[in-house]
Amino acid sequence: MSGLLASGGLSGVSGGDLFWWVILPYAALLTFVIGHIWRYQYDQFGWTSRSTELQERRALKWGSPLFHYGAFAAIGGHILGILIPESVTQAVGIPETFYRTFSAIAGTIAAVAVIIGVLILAGRRLLVPRVRATTSPVDWVALILLAIIIGLGIAETIGVGLLGNHYNYRVSISPWFRSLFTGSPDVRAAIKAPLLFQVHAVVAWVLIGVWPFSRLVHAWSYPYFYLWRPFIVYRRRVATRPNEPGTSGRRWRRIGTPY
Amino acid sequence: MRIMAQVCMVMNLDKCIGCHTCSVTCKQTWTNRPGTEYVYFNNVETKPGLGYPRRYEDQDLWKGGWKLDRRGRLTLRGGSRLRRLLTIFYNPDLPTIEDYHDPFTYDYARLITAPAGTAAPSVQAHSTLTGRAMVPRWGTNWEDDLAGAPERAGQDPNLVKLGEAVKLSFEQVFMFYLPRICEHCLNPSCVASCPSGAMYKREEDGIVLVDQNRCRGWRFCVSGCPYKKVYFNHRTGKAEKCTLCFPRIEAGLPTVCSETCVGRLRYLGLVLYDADAVLAAAATKDPQDLYEAQLSVFLDPEDPTVRAEALAAGIPHDWVEAARRSPAYALIARHRVALPLHPEYRTMPMVWYVPPLSPMADMVGGPGGGEDADAVFGAIDALRIPVEYLANLFTAGKVEPVRQALRRLALVRAFMRSRQLGLTPSADPRTVGMEAADVEDLFRLIAIARYEDRYVVPPAHAEDAGRLLAQHSLSGCSLESEGGPGMGGWGLPVATRGDDGRTHLRVLEGRR
Ligand code: SF4
Ligand code: SF4
Repeated sequence: MSGLLASGGLSGVSGGDLFWWVILPYAALLTFVIGHIWRYQYDQFGWTSRSTELQERRALKWGSPLFHYGAFAAIGGHILGILIPESVTQAVGIPETFYRTFSAIAGTIAAVAVIIGVLILAGRRLLVPRVRATTSPVDWVALILLAIIIGLGIAETIGVGLLGNHYNYRVSISPWFRSLFTGSPDVRAAIKAPLLFQVHAVVAWVLIGVWPFSRLVHAWSYPYFYLWRPFIVYRRRVATRPNEPGTSGRRWRRIGTPY
Repeated sequence: MRIMAQVCMVMNLDKCIGCHTCSVTCKQTWTNRPGTEYVYFNNVETKPGLGYPRRYEDQDLWKGGWKLDRRGRLTLRGGSRLRRLLTIFYNPDLPTIEDYHDPFTYDYARLITAPAGTAAPSVQAHSTLTGRAMVPRWGTNWEDDLAGAPERAGQDPNLVKLGEAVKLSFEQVFMFYLPRICEHCLNPSCVASCPSGAMYKREEDGIVLVDQNRCRGWRFCVSGCPYKKVYFNHRTGKAEKCTLCFPRIEAGLPTVCSETCVGRLRYLGLVLYDADAVLAAAATKDPQDLYEAQLSVFLDPEDPTVRAEALAAGIPHDWVEAARRSPAYALIARHRVALPLHPEYRTMPMVWYVPPLSPMADMVGGPGGGEDADAVFGAIDALRIPVEYLANLFTAGKVEPVRQALRRLALVRAFMRSRQLGLTPSADPRTVGMEAADVEDLFRLIAIARYEDRYVVPPAHAEDAGRLLAQHSLSGCSLESEGGPGMGGWGLPVATRGDDGRTHLRVLEGRR
């Protein structure tokens, strides 16, 4: 750890900064990985998108595709902006001004899709009693975190990137994010970033920590293998042991238990 | 040739009195849990009528089942695999709860706890989805016994095909009940629609199941099934469907709906079929030939080569023997009085129906009539509307198989009646392509219908017992739902001695 601190150049960094920019991300990542392994092992039965299309479909028809496809675009943008260093895009001959214009425009399209989608989805979750009744506490937590992240992300893309005086997160937030994975967190880079970006990053880490315990796990189950699977699936009865008591293999929840 | 065995059900519609006992016992066994309030693995519909969910038979609307593409190949009516993956966030063909009904319950405690007064206490309906007070406007059996038929029955997809003129006269002359469970199809479109691969057909007995651990709630099975017999549990976020009571079938017992059927009209037995021939049969060009095509897939267990092949394919000896005694095979293939429900969906359904003769017999002879075989034959030939309606249900509109089945049923009545009264039979079995022995066999099956003749279900093999145990433990105890008999808390109900000196059992108070 001391080597890690020295190599990262953490001298002169306050305890608070250490918490926000080193401890929280690692704790969140650890929870993310272990949480998923645990949930996958013990709660296959709870692993679902828990769709509410049965209860309401008119608003979902617009809200859900806009949100999901917008979110895919946003994730793609994050990969481009955060994982790929500025030096790489420049080395392959993409000028900074082009990158800025492209990311601002593409980001804005994605942001508009996501914000309309999320407004419709949040509206129906709050206002349609049948949908509201299906929402569990952990869903609320995940939804509120998502709403904060999206709200801030949109302020960054449209408010700062498109309309404001573009802020180059690729020299602060991005190096810090990548440094987390090389084992020598560059806290100073993160401290430099404007508050808007900092809060966005912190709430995102919290969401990552909550992810394995929420319905968001369905994101990992997108069934692309359906494209080459045979249509009719036959199975023989296979030898399986009953689940150990207390490890929820397949249990019906008793009435009165929250979701 | 790849021989497989399938547990198959046949229902004799003549005997269904629409009592819904099957639906209730099924519900108590399987779907009395939160999230499945609106789910009926077994439901009984009045025909003509819209069915459950409303107008489920209209595949232009719901896009269930298979169709042939321009080159004559089988494709899912709900579109390509890619379309399904792209519309995964919003399935355009999914019925909503309004198409079923908003499930409701009553605050029954009120009836018991209301203070003494002059007015009888009444209870308000509460939605089980939201817990809020509501006014029921539709339900599973809203149109029982043709209730509201003058307004709505005309929208029955099977009637729509008959044309405007006959619609109105239909309800006045003809009505019957159609009990429905999952068809456990040979070519199940629900399985083909499931992107997760969570649904499967069991190789041993053909039962179609949803793996609750692998289902991710993408809902395409619901829209893919043309019979709308996969349901979405809104609490667990997983699909559920009729299991053909597999724990009972494995033990050699009939399903709960069969066992409790008041009319004793259900039959269970094995059918051997050639799995390699299924796809070609399902792709038969003319929908009206699909009934014959499906018959051609079934294999005759009396044929020694079929039996030898079946044994070679690993089907146990006692199963092959059970297939020979199968009442389902006899009614479907030997006597040809049972017909498939909507073969035009191309899923190769495996719950078949003996069409109802009584409405027609009643028409010529008054209730309980039909003694005069000639009059009944005449009615079968002359009455266009009922026969064409039945043909829309069972043979994609081809009337001849329906007429043939009805004539055979009428002949059995007339022939056996005159024989038991010691009269010379007025009807000759050969006019409907039967021998006297066939008539007796059919009489044994559909009129005497003893328990052992109705259910020939070979138990799953003992060497599988340990494996089966694992599956049983998964279904949980269905008695342990709210208000169920298992919910009285631990131990016996509390007994107290009342002022009147009698012992009171506190059974109504439930768990504290
Ligand atoms: S009837 Fe049953 S087996 Fe056939 S498609 Fe529907 S759910 Fe699947
Ligand atoms: S229990 Fe039998 S007679 Fe009664 S409705 Fe069901 S199928 Fe018909």
